[in-house]
Amino acid sequence: MSAMPISSAPPAAPSSIRPPSYAAQDPAVVRWGLTALALGALGLFIVLPLVTIFVEAFRKGAAVYLAAVRQPDTIAAIKLSLVAAGIAVPLNLVFGVAAAWAVTKFQFKGRNVLISLIDIPFAVSPVVAGLVYVLVFGAQGWLGEWLAARDIRVIFALPGIVLATVFVTFPFVARELIALMESQGTEEEEAALVLGATGWQMFYKITLPNIKWGLLYGVVLCTARALGEFGAVSVVSGHIRGETNTLPLHVEILYNEYNYAGAFAVASLLSVVAVITLGLKKFLEWKTGRESR
Amino acid sequence: MSIEAAHIRKTYGQFEALHDVNLRIERGELVALLGPSGSGKTTLLRIIAGLEAPDSGTIHLNDEDATNAAASQRRVGFVFQHYALFRHLTVFENIAFGLRLRRGAARPSEERIRGRVNELLKLIQLDWLGDRYPNQLSGGQRQRVALARALAVEPQVLLLDEPFGSLDAKVRKELRRWLRRLHDELHVASVFVTHDQEEALEVADRVAVMNHGRIEQVGTPVEVYDHPANGFVRQFIGDVNLFRERSEPVNSLGDELGSQGAGI
Repeated sequence: MSAMPISSAPPAAPSSIRPPSYAAQDPAVVRWGLTALALGALGLFIVLPLVTIFVEAFRKGAAVYLAAVRQPDTIAAIKLSLVAAGIAVPLNLVFGVAAAWAVTKFQFKGRNVLISLIDIPFAVSPVVAGLVYVLVFGAQGWLGEWLAARDIRVIFALPGIVLATVFVTFPFVARELIALMESQGTEEEEAALVLGATGWQMFYKITLPNIKWGLLYGVVLCTARALGEFGAVSVVSGHIRGETNTLPLHVEILYNEYNYAGAFAVASLLSVVAVITLGLKKFLEWKTGRESR
Repeated sequence: MSIEAAHIRKTYGQFEALHDVNLRIERGELVALLGPSGSGKTTLLRIIAGLEAPDSGTIHLNDEDATNAAASQRRVGFVFQHYALFRHLTVFENIAFGLRLRRGAARPSEERIRGRVNELLKLIQLDWLGDRYPNQLSGGQRQRVALARALAVEPQVLLLDEPFGSLDAKVRKELRRWLRRLHDELHVASVFVTHDQEEALEVADRVAVMNHGRIEQVGTPVEVYDHPANGFVRQFIGDVNLFRERSEPVNSLGDELGSQGAGI
């Protein structure tokens, strides 16, 4: 008992050695337990399904895989997805830059409302977004008659798919840029103006170089989402094989027809896009992190 | 070239930033806008530059009405409080920026641009730093690059917003003497904003003391110091009083400025 004179314990040694962090002081069981739990969940819910896609896709051999991917309907779906993304992403690039520019470089009434509006596509279920377009442009919709009289098809055609994709992917570029441009302020732009730059020169000589990596980052996320969007596109597409089926819709159709090899083969294409996106995202995060210092 | 601000008013919502401000600055003059924060001095400077528009009143540059001229058309050199150097460009390209913007006949040849930038790099005594990026420079170095960038386009008017605000005391003293000499070489009209009474009295030819969006008094450092127009000026300049009496007699102020002007 006398070996524990707590109150008269010598003061702690001078802290020339950094004390271990709280986390490191936890018992080994807790540390290993938490790590195992995290890795286990990651493996079970993310890695395993991803691996399964490729295993299932190649289960019947590379020949079946290639046949499924080369099927005319699949080729048409790939083309449609690329076309839709190819239109939606540049549009959102322009919208996003314009919105971010307006919100960060000017003070005006309704600025906060605009910022909130930009987030709507994240808050609204994609299915609802699709339905809204059907209500407006569909045969029974507000503009239905007007469009029908001029033989313009929006719903169950490419324009509807592009509209739905634009809606769902709108926030990616804008949000990324707003955060970045807010932190950079407007002084460099003002400096360019005073030195004699026109508005356009100011934008492409000063603003654009300062936001280029953030912009690319937004574009990468936007593209990935545009290629992968299911809900909103599903409502407006009409699922016409070889015509209005995008890649994700095509996967669903193949799966519903018990063509598992085909479904997984097409799904594997989308997964490859995802993995590439992840790589680009990491690279761009590293780049923006370096340049904003 | 002269600057004349007449009856300038500016409000932000309910806040009256400038209330009927009148100020004339002749060519060759270095004027300090001195006042506490929120007194409207930076707003006035930005209105002269064309970065803000006054609610009413006029700005004349070189006796020509410039009230509605865009900032890019005013040929004004502006040094921002936080320098606002272009972070993606080297020091050299920062300084060359204004020259490279010119189009057509006004555009100097690449050789002339290089010559001019190198000349300015020598002037700011940083000729070995042309290849560096702004984030590789110290505060004092950035300040000088910002000044060189503003001077590259040969402005009629030089405007400086708290030019020494974020520098440490020693660098600050060196730089303000250097600025004074530089101004005397350039024969432009210069205005700088400061809240530091000592700085204003030491560097400027005339001091405009501002408070609550009004100019309370304009005069030479000696006038403002010896004959404050009202209680505010007395109190605001008076803060230096004690300090000055202990460090150096105020009478030497003019002499010091004179000797600096001669020692280019």
